[in-house]
Amino acid sequence: MSIGLWTVIFVGGSFALYLAIAWWARVRDTKGFYVAGRGVPAPANGMATAADWMSAASFISMAGLISTMGSAGGVYLMGWTGGYVLLALLLAPYLRKFGHFTVPDFVGDRYDSNVARLVAVICALFISFTYVAGQMRGVGVVFSRFIEVDINTGVIIGMAIVFVYSTLGGMKGITWTQVAQYWVLITAFLIPAIAISIMLTGASVPSIGLGANLRPELADGQVVSLLGKLDQIQTDLGFSRYTEAFTGTWDKANVFFVALALMLGTAGLPHVIVRFYTVKTVKAARWSGFWALLFIALLYVTAPATAAFARYFMIESLNGKTAEQLPSWFHNWEKTGLILWVDNGDGVVRYSAGDDNEIFRSGTLSSTELSELLVANQKWIESAGAEGADARPILREKKLSGPDIDIIVLATPEMAKLSNWIIAFVAAGGLAAALSTASGLLLVISSSVAHDLYYRVLNPKATEQQRLLVGRSVIGVAVVIAGIFGIYPPGFVSQVVAFAFGLAAASFFPAIVLGIFSKRVGTVPAICGMIAGIGFTAWYIIACVFFGMAPWNFGIFPSGINPQGIGVIGMFINLAVTLGLTPLFPPPSAKVREMVDSVREPEDAGAAVEIETAPEH
Amino acid sequence: MAEHVPLNDGPRPERSPAEKESLRRYWRSNLRILAVLLCIWFVAGLGCGVLWADWLNRFTLPGTAFPLGFWFAQQGSIVIFVLVILVYCLLLNWLDRKHHDELVRIRKEEGR
Repeated sequence: MSIGLWTVIFVGGSFALYLAIAWWARVRDTKGFYVAGRGVPAPANGMATAADWMSAASFISMAGLISTMGSAGGVYLMGWTGGYVLLALLLAPYLRKFGHFTVPDFVGDRYDSNVARLVAVICALFISFTYVAGQMRGVGVVFSRFIEVDINTGVIIGMAIVFVYSTLGGMKGITWTQVAQYWVLITAFLIPAIAISIMLTGASVPSIGLGANLRPELADGQVVSLLGKLDQIQTDLGFSRYTEAFTGTWDKANVFFVALALMLGTAGLPHVIVRFYTVKTVKAARWSGFWALLFIALLYVTAPATAAFARYFMIESLNGKTAEQLPSWFHNWEKTGLILWVDNGDGVVRYSAGDDNEIFRSGTLSSTELSELLVANQKWIESAGAEGADARPILREKKLSGPDIDIIVLATPEMAKLSNWIIAFVAAGGLAAALSTASGLLLVISSSVAHDLYYRVLNPKATEQQRLLVGRSVIGVAVVIAGIFGIYPPGFVSQVVAFAFGLAAASFFPAIVLGIFSKRVGTVPAICGMIAGIGFTAWYIIACVFFGMAPWNFGIFPSGINPQGIGVIGMFINLAVTLGLTPLFPPPSAKVREMVDSVREPEDAGAAVEIETAPEH
Repeated sequence: MAEHVPLNDGPRPERSPAEKESLRRYWRSNLRILAVLLCIWFVAGLGCGVLWADWLNRFTLPGTAFPLGFWFAQQGSIVIFVLVILVYCLLLNWLDRKHHDELVRIRKEEGR
């Protein structure tokens, strides 16, 4: 059977499963809608959190990033897992004990101010919309590459599915579909990785294969480790060594700052934090932190192995080959523009870091621009340089050297010559990753508007039915907006993702940590701190990304700090402003101090607050 | 293990000095556990994976071909993060249990 047919079967089957779960988990009250009735067992919540967290970027792009970045790719691995330690130790159990529905709820109540609540709502909305746009695009891309539908139809199908299960089941529906999506995505990620690991090293655990020796028949009968061989090939072709700790702009200071900003940002992302509100007890909130990271780690310790295997495969099967010797996966993916071969006329592929590199990607070039370049290049070869133009310097100038990073995960099964159904399963995995994250984000958007803005600020007398109706309508509107972003992607989606992490690191993380660990910090310092942190971070990213400002080195670092890492400085500014102003302003009211005391008690010494019985809800 | 007794019926019971002392010790032990675990988190991730990675790369992980700094950056730190949370769960749930029982005992002794 063809890949297309298998894909339709797997994607259709998984979608039917998600809809069936949604029907089974449909809810009638706000508690079910926002926090799944607080009845989710810790391991299931861990799986849901893992699926919520691992987006299209983690599934499709991360291994590719590591593959091109080498050792420095560890910033994403460490950053996106290390944040869970902060989350599980510093935030999750305490927030669960507060017993609210959303993150702005906590900020608003702890700092006893609707201004603080509004600042938090705006941050939550901004972070979630930035993220969800990327997910919808991911859905469209997977559809268009594996099934013969165009990207827009793909986005619309994805929108419809997410809409149905998130409005029907709210958090309950989302949680249980995410549990199913976790298994789809992790299986789809692990199978090709295991197959390729056995093929290259004989080790059936990919993370062990990464540190093992190559099979002797691949290394001319010698004993060479995979990483050693990779280092040697990379050096020969003019790349830096794969295991070199710091290369180019990724120097020590930048790796440190970006890793730390991703950690702090992860801990402050509202769609991850709300997952800890769905469990029954504080103890269960702690355990779900553990389960979540364990399930995430399964993918995250495998991704670097996939990255290195694919890197080795890619160079070995392309460099020095003639047109006839090129593998079939190359021709399949050449059609998508994710990888291109622009010959210099000698008929031999050359993949290197230098001027003689012949492997490119089409990136954002339109198909007419690309074919013009290729026609000119052909003319240039045939006329021995008299007519046409060498396309390679032009593509290099446009920073399109090397294959697209997305090809690493998407083409690995074909590189490993796996059967068609496994290749199709990877498509279902990519969709599961994108849809699970999108639905979690949509719920945050819905709760920020319907709960924090409508119910807590605009209409505190709203009935349960009114609140549910508003919640469902907001999801509907948000799905449509997200879909429009997916169909007409603003060119800056990938750049503003740095925003989401930077803002979360500079706003929510310090505000929540201080709210729990200090009884002295009052309203005004906290709001000023959040605004200072967000203001600085947003200004720096906008100036660097959109107005070409040279990154600052703050007078102490050897090079400028990458905008992705600036959230760390933003967080320290937030802390400094908040703590600096604290002595000048009155402490919080006795009621708030008592609330903070209550979350610092062992479980059951004063039970976790139940929304229904809490006086203010 | 003692039977699980919910400690309060109302929203916030009045605390006796002995109870307050027990709660204060609970919070201090909690902070101590947090401080130690966060140090491990920092050393394993940002320390061995970033700050000392180039120096650690001179060694390899015994029995494998991993340069040590590379291993910490791409595998080791993640494994240690999972273990840090596991230890946190076990310690804190034990601490909760201990102070919960202590509070129940104090209440019985004070005849409430």
